[in-house]
Amino acid sequence: MLLDFNSEKPIYLQLAEAIEDDILRGIFDEETQIVSTTEISVNFKINPATAGKGINLLVDEGILYKKRGVGMFVSSGAKEKILNKRKEGFFEGFILSLLEEASKLGISKDEIIKMIERGNER
Amino acid sequence: MSLIEIKDITKDYGKTRALDNISFTIEPNKIYGLLGRNGAGKTTLLNLLTNKLFPTSGDITIDGETVFENDKALGKVFYMMERNLYPETLRVKEVFKWTREYYPSFDIEYAGKLADSFGLPTNKRIKSLSTGYSSIFKVIVALASNAEIILLDEPVLGLDANHREQLYKEIITNYSEKPKTIIISTHLIEEVAELLEEVIIIDNGRLVKKEPAEQLLAAAYTVSGEASKVDKYIEDRKFTGEQVMGKFKSVVVLEEARHKDEALANELNLEFSMVELQKLFISLTNS
Repeated sequence: MLLDFNSEKPIYLQLAEAIEDDILRGIFDEETQIVSTTEISVNFKINPATAGKGINLLVDEGILYKKRGVGMFVSSGAKEKILNKRKEGFFEGFILSLLEEASKLGISKDEIIKMIERGNER
Repeated sequence: MSLIEIKDITKDYGKTRALDNISFTIEPNKIYGLLGRNGAGKTTLLNLLTNKLFPTSGDITIDGETVFENDKALGKVFYMMERNLYPETLRVKEVFKWTREYYPSFDIEYAGKLADSFGLPTNKRIKSLSTGYSSIFKVIVALASNAEIILLDEPVLGLDANHREQLYKEIITNYSEKPKTIIISTHLIEEVAELLEEVIIIDNGRLVKKEPAEQLLAAAYTVSGEASKVDKYIEDRKFTGEQVMGKFKSVVVLEEARHKDEALANELNLEFSMVELQKLFISLTNS
């Protein structure tokens, strides 16, 4: 889990993404407990309300769930949920902006596909 | 619950107006940053809040009761002052016991543990403490007081980087375990920026801002690039905090970050970034 305090992205969003990354990488397995909001806020020296906001985002999306009196757990199926979400984001974030930049530079669709193949071979 | 209401507070020292008709509310259980330049009126405000000074006019209440000459309201507040007002010949552990007389829920065991973790021997006399350890000692007393409201005036004065980090972490731990109102007055804005839920900025005795930190930072952004192009971007915009280095220029644009013109910036080859609390503070108080 790493946060970039110089980034334009709000800390709570970064935190939510960092936890998602850790779930994808298997640092937090499904149905296991993650670190507490207090631990997160103490470690990064961020306001507990900010940490809570990031965690709640993931609770709302069903990626984490709260066990009363115990703490936060990774939901089963969380990995798949994150993957699906990221795939949608991949289209919006990478593909569309790739096509936009390509049209600015006058790169054709065929050329793009060739570039992707070339990239794959490396 | 411990709602602080500051109502039309004015404080004059002779002919000098230290605070000029300030009003705002401090909601319970949040971490506040009280920011202002030297002489802005921060310490005067804290002194008024704790009945160390009397206002020229106006009132301050905690849960509806005035703080002036009112022990009940004052018992809810612990004030860690920048100056040391403890009798110098007392030992640290004696101050712990003594504080419990005034703050019955003072946690001596916790204070001892904190002292231990910072390497502060509790049998030391107050006068023999270095500037750094004097700060550590005072913050420990504040955190252990278990008061509903704690005011920390320059809590990290003279502390090395390791101890500052440790102290910030202790403040968060303490707050997480026992939520309370914490008001931190400091000049080290960058260090506490992420710790704060709300920011209070005073300048020349007036209230400039009192807002959630997130909202305050979302209300501005930085744009930078080639100077003439930056000028073009800010033509019809409110801005402040200009910085020029050769042909490079960066300014703080005073408009909500979500309103920024990405297309224009792209065309002009400009870059956006988030405004830092410290930069925003400087531009808001640079008069």
